[in-house]
Parts: sequence; C-alpha cells; structure tokens
Amino acid sequence: MNIHEYQARDLLAAAGVPVPRGAVARSPEEAESIARSLPCNSFVVKAQVHAGGRGKGHFQDGYKSGVHLVKTPHQVKTVASHMIGNTLITHQTGPEGKPVHAVLVGESTDIARELYLAIVLDRSSGCPVIVASQQGGVEIEAVAEKSPEAILREVIHPGLGLQPYQARKVSIFLGFPSTGLRAPCRLLHAAYRLFIEKDCSQVEINPLAVTKGGDVVALDAKLGFDDNALFRHKEIQELQDPSQEDPRDLAAAEHHLNYIGLEGNIGCMVNGAGLAMATLDLIQAAGGKPANFLDVGGGASEEMITAAFRLLQGDPAVKAILVNIFGGILKCDILAQGMVAACRTTPPRVPIIVRLQGTNVEAGRKILKESGLPLLPAEGLMEAAEKAVAAAGKKGK
Amino acid sequence: MSVLVDANTRLLVQGITGKSGSFHASACKEYGTQVVAGVTPARGGEKFEKTVPIFDTVSEAVAATKANASMIFVPPEFAADAILEAADAGIQLIVAITEGIPVMDMMRVRFALREHSCVLIGPNCPGIITPGACKIGIMPGYIHRPGNVGVVSRSGTLTYEAVWQITSEGLGQSTCIGVGGDPIHGLTLQKAVEYLHADPDTKAIVMIGEIGGSEEEEAAEYIHSRVKKPVISFVAGATAPPGKRMGHAGAIISGGQGTAQAKIEALKKAGVRVAETLGDIGQEVVKALGK
Repeated sequence: MNIHEYQARDLLAAAGVPVPRGAVARSPEEAESIARSLPCNSFVVKAQVHAGGRGKGHFQDGYKSGVHLVKTPHQVKTVASHMIGNTLITHQTGPEGKPVHAVLVGESTDIARELYLAIVLDRSSGCPVIVASQQGGVEIEAVAEKSPEAILREVIHPGLGLQPYQARKVSIFLGFPSTGLRAPCRLLHAAYRLFIEKDCSQVEINPLAVTKGGDVVALDAKLGFDDNALFRHKEIQELQDPSQEDPRDLAAAEHHLNYIGLEGNIGCMVNGAGLAMATLDLIQAAGGKPANFLDVGGGASEEMITAAFRLLQGDPAVKAILVNIFGGILKCDILAQGMVAACRTTPPRVPIIVRLQGTNVEAGRKILKESGLPLLPAEGLMEAAEKAVAAAGKKGK
Repeated sequence: MSVLVDANTRLLVQGITGKSGSFHASACKEYGTQVVAGVTPARGGEKFEKTVPIFDTVSEAVAATKANASMIFVPPEFAADAILEAADAGIQLIVAITEGIPVMDMMRVRFALREHSCVLIGPNCPGIITPGACKIGIMPGYIHRPGNVGVVSRSGTLTYEAVWQITSEGLGQSTCIGVGGDPIHGLTLQKAVEYLHADPDTKAIVMIGEIGGSEEEEAAEYIHSRVKKPVISFVAGATAPPGKRMGHAGAIISGGQGTAQAKIEALKKAGVRVAETLGDIGQEVVKALGK
C-alpha cells in the first residue's frame, strides 16, 4: 500500500525523525496561511500524488513541474492554485496522470550534503537491512550499478533489533564526524522503530539532508507497508487515497480479486498466482499483450467469477478474454457453471477463449459446449494463447 | 523411499475445526494420510468426523497420538504462533498452508526456528505429497501417480500443471513439494533439491520458480556443483512488469533484482533444462529421462 509524501512525513515526525517544518494544504488560501506561519523567507510547494518524478513532470494544462521553490506566501498561494484540482503527469503516472488534491508547503532547506538511507527487508537472510550511501538525491539503483562500494548494507538481527554500534557504524559511513554521531544515531533508531512498529515493507529517506547549519533532516521519504499486516494497523489503512489508484484495481479489491492492470488488450482470468503469471508469459510468447493479471484464487465462488468477468468486460481496452483454469480444489464443472451464469447476466462483448484442465474437466467442457454461448475452447496452453492473440487482433482491425 | 513424508507419517491438523482446515483434513484422510489428531484451542475433547481426537494444545496432541507432522490452517493473525507451538512441541515437519501472514511475523518465526531441528514448509504453499502414500496439503490428489520424478515449486497451480503433464506422459512423481509464495518462508528451493537429490527413488527433478528473490540462482549454484540427476526447470513471470506484486507477496521485481531472465540464465549455466513455455515441462522431463 502507498501513501502520500505528507503522510509519510507526519509518520516520520511522530516517530522522532526530524523533518523540515511545513504542513499539507487542500486550498490555495490554506497554503498561503501555512507559509505565513513558517519563520523563513523561501518556501517549497510540492504536489501530492502517488508517483515519483514530480519535479520533472508537467500538468494537464501545460503548467510546468510539480515542485516549486518560491519567495513569498503570496507566490505560494499562486503556485497552489495552479496545482490543486489539476492533474500531474510524470514518467511514473502514465499519460493520464494523477489528480492533485493537496500540496505540501514547507520551509526550503539550505542543503550542505544529500545522503541516502533506507530500511528494507533482506529476503535471503530474512532480516531487516539498513542501506546507506553518501550519494543521496539520486536513485539508489544507479549508485549500486556505478559504484557498489559507495553503499553500505547493515543487516539487523531480528531478535535484538538495531544495536547502538551499528547505528554508529552507519553514521560514520555516511560521513558524520565521530564527535557528531548523536543526531544521526538518534534518527536511525527512530526510523528503525517506525519500520518495525508499523510493519513497513520499506522506509526510504532520499535525500536525507545535512543542512548548512549542521542539522540532519528527512527531506523526502517513501514508506511502503506490508499488506498482510494492515489488519493490525487501522491508522495506516485510513491513509489510503482511492483517487490515486487505478479504478480497475479498486473494483477488483472490492471483490477480493487479485488484479493488476496492464497495458495490453487481452483480458485474463486465471486461478493461482503462478499460473496467472505464466499465462501472461504465454500471451506475449504468442505475440500478444495482456490487459491484466487476474488470479481468482483456488476457491473462487460463482460471485467472484461473475465479478471478474464484469471487470474484464468493462475494460474498454480488452479485445479478447482468455480464461485459463487448472481445476484442483476449484472443480471445472463448477467453474463452467459460474462462467455460463456470468455470460447470461453480462453478455460477452468480445471473444472468450477457455482452456480448462484438471478435476471434472469433461463435465466442465460439456457445460460450456451445451450453453450455446460463443466460447472458444482450447486444450493446449500455447493453443489457447494463440487463439486469444488471433481473436484480439481480428477485433482490432 | 521418498522425501520427508511417507505412509508412516502421523499428521496433526492445527485449525481442524475451521472451514478450510476441516475440508482439507478430510481430503488428506480420504487420500490415505494418517490423520491422528486435530488442535483447536477451547475445542479439546471433541472429535473430528467422529474419529480424530481434537486437543487444546499441540503438546497434548503429540503426547497422546505421537503425531510427527503438522498441517496448519490457522488464520494469518495467529499462524506464526501456531508454527512456534508446533516446533516447541517437537513436531519434525510443519506444513503451513495459511496465506497472508505478516512478513515481520515470519521474520521472527524463521529466527526462532534456528533453535529447533524441525523443517518448515511454507507458509502460503500447497503442501507436500508422496503419491500413493501421504498427502499433506491442498493439492488435488488424483492428478499424481507414484513414480520417480521429484517436483519442487514456489507456486501451487504451476505445480499441478507440471504434475499433470508428468502424469499425462505416463510417468509419476516421487515427492512433490510446494515451498510457498511468501518472501520469507521455511524450506528453500535449494534445500528441497538437496532432499530430492539424496532420495534414491528420485531419478529426475523438476524445479519451478518465479520472479522475485534469489532462490533459483542459489539452487542453480548448488545444482551446478553437486547434482548429478537431470534437472528440468520453468520460471514464471518473464513478462511481469517491475515493481508490481504479482499475486504472491514474494513475486516482485524490485530494483532490477529477481527477474526471470537472470534466473533462467543462471539455471541454463548450471546445466538445467529450462522449458521455454509452461506447456513444455512434461516433454522436457521425458527427454531428460531418455524415454
């Protein structure tokens, strides 16, 4: 689950990580009054969307950049009035962009050094790991590629937590003088506590700035949360912003479908995550492009299958649908009944290719055949993918 | 011979009174698995299907029935606790089916299990089966056939696809293990390959991987240096977009790491036969066995 920058900033501040002064505004007037309350003579106004690359982005109406540096509260108001209610397009949002409903107004910081700091989970050791580098403000992947020695990875013992000596080691690596380790160490402990307490999947502070005055502050941060642990974090769940999500993803979540919207034109409905992934691979091997990843799970009900169908049919990009089911616990005849019922309530708009295999497959195929619905059967995996690609292509011409 | 489970395995089911727990306990029993006990706190003294005694705690169940394996269907909030309880009671094989356990919980469980000699399979996995002898998990039993191909996989339905293809070719399986789709889990692909390699009845090994993490690469290294038996592999997610969690919590390409291409390359370098598409696994097994 993703949250806005201002929400991440508030969580960090509450955990004890220093952040620049500022607050979120939902109107130009509010933005101006926040600026007036800040004791500084230079302000940053940042559009709040769930995407990176804001500084280099542009708005739907041509207004440049989602991050502005201005001198007066009046200018803050002007910038905010351009941003709020507008749509920001960056290299991460796709061409349709993301709506801006709020801006973060903050003091601008005199930066002496920009560092990188993150806490993530190391899969192979099964431990949290602190990732630190003096080369902040750029993507860490780029640093890892060019100069891996500029990155420190400090593995944390899951039973003991972050130890003081480890915080000192990371701080020294980040270039803090041995007489000035208190502030960075305190910040590291606070960030680690946040990571553990909120079941984060990542806490990424980039850049972590050292100001000309010698303070350490988190200038920008990205927090990620473990979806499996949200049940014990109502306060995090409440931070969700539906306006930033793909509407197809929202509809899928409502019906507990495991769905990811993609760019192609072949809708997929599959049981099992691995098989769903392999089905996307098959479609591309056959020369097509999938419109989505959709795993209906092992125990899909008739309601879920109907909802899945409606979702695929409702996507204007979808030109053909490929249903790929290996009936294990979910029996093929039950699935076939569900599909027939779904097609009766929502008549098929595009060709549907069905590949069934496994438990009660003969009974399932019989139900589909006798339904009189225009469903194209396929037996082999590659055959199914090729039929779907051909059907989508024909429709497109 | 087989790996980890056979006809003598005595199974206990934690969460036997729940919807999935009771359904699958029943299916395992029907398949021929010795289901000797169930555990659900506050339901001790009852019987499951009039024959299987239910206990309040795992240690009571072990003392009374000599159970040596546990299958866990406890909801995600309580599943980590259930795994630790089983380990503490001396259970040697713990199969955690539960999907959706918080990562932090599994991090602590994995750390705590270092003090025990038990093997944890899963969580978020289909389980383990030795065809004709013992099924612990949610896989459809009838697609399997006793034979000499060992199967290990990170995904449930992909395991079924592979097993089905092997059975359709007239071959069978020694033991099939689903290690699960979570980023932090017990038995790794490499360890499963080690077990299958050590099993005299396994003549070929099928290993099914997917994007995310580096277990396929680690297994490839092991295969390259130690494994003499033919290994056939398939990796799902070659066309998955980076940064998206593809159904399984562990199936994500992050920061350019964990791509299918890197895994396939490592496996090919290790001398593994990599099936081009999902439908080719069965035929690759036939070719590898020279039949």
